[in-house]
Amino acid sequence: MPPSDVMPAPAAARAGSYLYYRHSLPVRVMHWINVIALTILFLSGLNIFSAHPALYWGKSSYTGKGPIFQIAAVEAGEDEVVGVTRIFGREFDTTEVLGAATDAEGDVVARIFPGWLTLPSDRWLSMARRWHFFFAWVFVINGLAYLAYSIASRHLGRDLAPSATDWRSIGRSIVDHLRFKHPTGEAAKRYNVLQKLAYLAVIFILLPLVVMMGFAMSPWLDTLIPGWVDFFGGRQSARTIHFIVAWLLVAFVLVHVFEVIVSGFWNHLRSMITGRYRVNAEVRK
Amino acid sequence: MKTRSELSRRRFFGRALGAAGAVALSGCDALSQTQWFPKILASGEALSRTVQHLIAPRRAMAQEFGEADLSPGFRSNGTSKPDNPQYQALAAASFAQYRLEVGGLVEKPASLSLAELRTLPSRTQITRHDCVEGWSAIGKWKGARLAALLEQVRPRPEARFVMFYCADPMERDGTNLYYESIDMEDAFHPQTLLAYELNGVALPIQNGAPVRLRVERQLGYKHAKYVMRIELVDSFAKIAGGKGGYWEDQGYEWWAGI
Repeated sequence: MPPSDVMPAPAAARAGSYLYYRHSLPVRVMHWINVIALTILFLSGLNIFSAHPALYWGKSSYTGKGPIFQIAAVEAGEDEVVGVTRIFGREFDTTEVLGAATDAEGDVVARIFPGWLTLPSDRWLSMARRWHFFFAWVFVINGLAYLAYSIASRHLGRDLAPSATDWRSIGRSIVDHLRFKHPTGEAAKRYNVLQKLAYLAVIFILLPLVVMMGFAMSPWLDTLIPGWVDFFGGRQSARTIHFIVAWLLVAFVLVHVFEVIVSGFWNHLRSMITGRYRVNAEVRK
Repeated sequence: MKTRSELSRRRFFGRALGAAGAVALSGCDALSQTQWFPKILASGEALSRTVQHLIAPRRAMAQEFGEADLSPGFRSNGTSKPDNPQYQALAAASFAQYRLEVGGLVEKPASLSLAELRTLPSRTQITRHDCVEGWSAIGKWKGARLAALLEQVRPRPEARFVMFYCADPMERDGTNLYYESIDMEDAFHPQTLLAYELNGVALPIQNGAPVRLRVERQLGYKHAKYVMRIELVDSFAKIAGGKGGYWEDQGYEWWAGI
């Protein structure tokens, strides 16, 4: 269906509002494939991380310096386990959240992340790797298709690249976001400048970086250009960056969903499913 | 203004979303337990293997490091002291009686003592060992080039894999000896070694004495320790669990380049 501004409004529609065809079918399909792939990559990634729950900076894990981040289950007396998280040498008791938690029988047992945060929910490295590497392909192929489509359809240039006006309105956009004030009327059809910058940062920085750092962990891909991994600080640094970027993506998703909720959850959800977004006519004074 | 029915509809959708998440997660766990689904997932790794072979040259070399990068005290993982009386007897005599048996699909089967292995063309390399768990360590390895040994025993044309049979039992009762396998491409790679030295001294028992495999472009579990016998085969489908290695039989990928 071609994008069109004016849609026949249902009889019960609010006066002065109309449905606007906002998201094309390919964008909608690729958005939801991405949701599934990234969710599975994150959950299975945390299961893989649990096999060696420590992060280092350097070419290897054993450089003479300790890990910069570590989650551990520490024995504390007879039959007692305490969950401990260490960050830059500082130690925190994180029992019930990280390191150790109460199981179904009521015993505190070693558990790096809560079961609902990992896939499979129990520690199972070989199966987690299968999930991870399958959906890594789903994610990469989907991402490349999105890039090709966005360039070919001019979605990238038309909808995502900030305009000169956008750059000038950046200060006001920040204030608007802090006050949870959202564009209405015609302005609501376009992405605002902060939204554009957030999407571009995710598409062109975070997502390529998390993939590259995955490549850096593969001993076979390390042979492509000998030493390329050192550009990112070495193999273990790459693993650390992979982990940090994964959480930055989670932070993005939280902000993204929060903005969707405060600026009209059902309207946005419908527009990402059917493509149609309700625009309320501007109130003129 | 929101109507009552609209609010209850939203509450319903909210709960449905939460329930769907819980169902999806337990559904994923159930799928992991089936026979068929992990096979579909494994196609991702088959694709990785194909693509990685397409983009990385066959003879591409693993990164080598300097002395300054060496990990202090190379970590021992898996078996650190094989619970095997025959092995312990060999170790007690400093492996003077050790013989590496080489057979299978070869023209000239061989049996080499440690001293004979040391006379083969060798290579010294400082490489990084990447464990599937996520850690890595850098060590300096010296060993006989596997290619040199294979040229001596002359593989028959039908040979497709090199099997490594080890001395370390993986069960408490002393059964299920560790084993591994690699293809001919990796077997003839210049960095593939039968290592007998680590960081300038004889390979310690905890790291696989007297001989361990180094196959630098793959994960740690491929680097079989305590190698006792080498066999060239055309298929490993009928050996042990049929997947080509101890960890492979537990569900890990045979090709461990990722």
